[in-house]
Amino acid sequence: MTKSPLIAVAAALALAAPARAQVKLNGAGATFPNIIYQDWILTYNQSHSDAQLNYQSIGSGGGIRQFSEGTVDFGATDAPMKDSAIAAINGNVLHIPTVMGGDVPTYNLPDVKGTLKFTPDVLADIFLGHITKWSDARIASANAGVKLPDADIVVVHRSDGSGTTFIWTDYLSKVSPEWEQKVGRGPSVNWPVGLGGKGNEGVTATVKQTPGAIGYVELGYAMANQLPAGSVRNKAGKFVAASLESITAAAAGAMKEMGPNTDFRVSITNPDGDAAYPVASFTWFLLRKQYDDAAKAAALVKFVWWAETQGQSRAAPLGYAPLPKQLGPWIEVRLKSITAGGKSVWTTAAR
Amino acid sequence: MTTLPIEPPAATQPARPVTPGRPALLGRNTGDRLYRATLTALALVLPLLLVTLLAELVVGAWPAIKRFGVPFVWTSVWDPVAGVFGAAPMIFGTLASSLLALLIAVPLALGVAIYLTEFSPKWLRQPIAFLVELLAAIPSVVYGLWGIFVLIPFLRGYVVPPLRAVLGWTPLFSGVFYGNSLLAGGIILAIMIVPYIAAVSREVLLAVPSSQREAALGMGATRWEAVWTAVVPYGRAGLIGAVILGLGRALGETMAVTMVIGNRHDISLSVLQPAYTMAAAIANEFSEAVTDLHLAAMFEVGLVLFVITVIVNACARLLIWRVARGTAVGSRAL
Repeated sequence: MTKSPLIAVAAALALAAPARAQVKLNGAGATFPNIIYQDWILTYNQSHSDAQLNYQSIGSGGGIRQFSEGTVDFGATDAPMKDSAIAAINGNVLHIPTVMGGDVPTYNLPDVKGTLKFTPDVLADIFLGHITKWSDARIASANAGVKLPDADIVVVHRSDGSGTTFIWTDYLSKVSPEWEQKVGRGPSVNWPVGLGGKGNEGVTATVKQTPGAIGYVELGYAMANQLPAGSVRNKAGKFVAASLESITAAAAGAMKEMGPNTDFRVSITNPDGDAAYPVASFTWFLLRKQYDDAAKAAALVKFVWWAETQGQSRAAPLGYAPLPKQLGPWIEVRLKSITAGGKSVWTTAAR
Repeated sequence: MTTLPIEPPAATQPARPVTPGRPALLGRNTGDRLYRATLTALALVLPLLLVTLLAELVVGAWPAIKRFGVPFVWTSVWDPVAGVFGAAPMIFGTLASSLLALLIAVPLALGVAIYLTEFSPKWLRQPIAFLVELLAAIPSVVYGLWGIFVLIPFLRGYVVPPLRAVLGWTPLFSGVFYGNSLLAGGIILAIMIVPYIAAVSREVLLAVPSSQREAALGMGATRWEAVWTAVVPYGRAGLIGAVILGLGRALGETMAVTMVIGNRHDISLSVLQPAYTMAAAIANEFSEAVTDLHLAAMFEVGLVLFVITVIVNACARLLIWRVARGTAVGSRAL
């Protein structure tokens, strides 16, 4: 993937040496990856003075809208754009995965020691309101040896539209035909049961304050706050606890399905692989296939490629799962295809 | 969200001396003309802002208005995935939580105001008034946190069980209590609007001339009777204004409510069930409304909220005009 570091350094010096005009690059979109995007921008600007980057976390919906209207140079989203939205901008968009996240089921059962195990159908039926007691036989059969209380299950979901909800409902749609037909997938959905909490913190607070509650939160948030997190049975039949590694494994497991010609607008929930945690997803940068301004396009591609390579090492400490290494070449091909005025900007950009 | 029902100052000022066909401040010299033009422009900014706001809301909401028509306000399915939107649960939740808040806050706030103006020892007045008004300075997210960590566990442990034991058979208190509920939302709102109602009511009661009290006492009324027959009726226009001010705050409050009301698109008569409000829904769903229709529906919710606040304010105006005939103190104190 990387050529000789010497050449890279020389190229960087050659680019930096002449006092080039600083390019301003504006981006907007998803809130979930905001922390790492800001970190990338900060770190990148320390070594690259030719581009001034700015990212505003206004939400995926806002990101897609601003990108489509052309008010920002790049967008970011937790849920891929729909075909109709892409057609509306004449297909001039590339989805480039940046990092990954996952959702974990968290619960409030003070007397239960150890982590609970959830099968996909149990999770779906809890969130559909079919399973209403913790003592239900189907929960018990997956958790032999755990004494489950005879308490009501209180479902807690996000009240605000969010990528976290998109991942969760996307997963439930894949494992439960009833869920897909009745509820479907989206950043906000028509929940059959439950209470709504605002943000990961709202869900967490409600779960913590409500005995018998179950909710879903984003993995990084659950790790930072040491919330109890259940393991989920994956497609291979293994119960897997969510971790940055098992989420990266999910993407690796999904690569066979995607194929090298993918547009990356793929859901990787419920993937193949023994080690894969099934409730995981990419989050994407939205880039244009054709830019008007060659200098901007080159600077942007350069930054994105930096994020996809060196930037990945920043992910884990911040609670995001890095992309699997095997994905690098596929992304490189996409970035190389970006043009400005009919010419590829890659040669002037990344090397 | 609501505007204070302020008397237009022109109404209370004596008419300007007018030279025939020529208002006093017009055209004397450049300075006067400039001054007048500046003031006119400033005065027009606010109505203009209001009209722009309304226009912007209608334009934004237009796809939803065209798609769903009037039934938007009384259908109750809210399904962003299928693109079906009906705002009835939010409209109901907004009105119900505000009403509940008024039911709790009005007696409390009036009690505080009457006590402070009529009964409390002098040295106690300022500290209590200060503390009550301090409540207004607390950010609403702090109220929300307090609601989640203090109020809801308290309701679950000590208030709801006896309430259900006595009144559980009525539809108002039926169903399982999760904590986050219309009741919790109403109580939080009540606490938040008490300082507004209490502070304005206190000013109104202070403005009631002492001759009113003296006359009632002179007729042989007790202190209590004097307050109820002479002081409160005299200031009723202002007191209504104070309540409307609180109601306006309650209708538009977002953060604290969304943290405790449960955010459920559902209409239930029971105050123990979760509900939703319009302001909370806008705050929650606006930023991640991915489809155009969803966004338009959020705009329409905003429009409905706008219209409801305008209606509430208009009713308040009418009420105050009716009540204030002959008793000027209320409107003056406001």
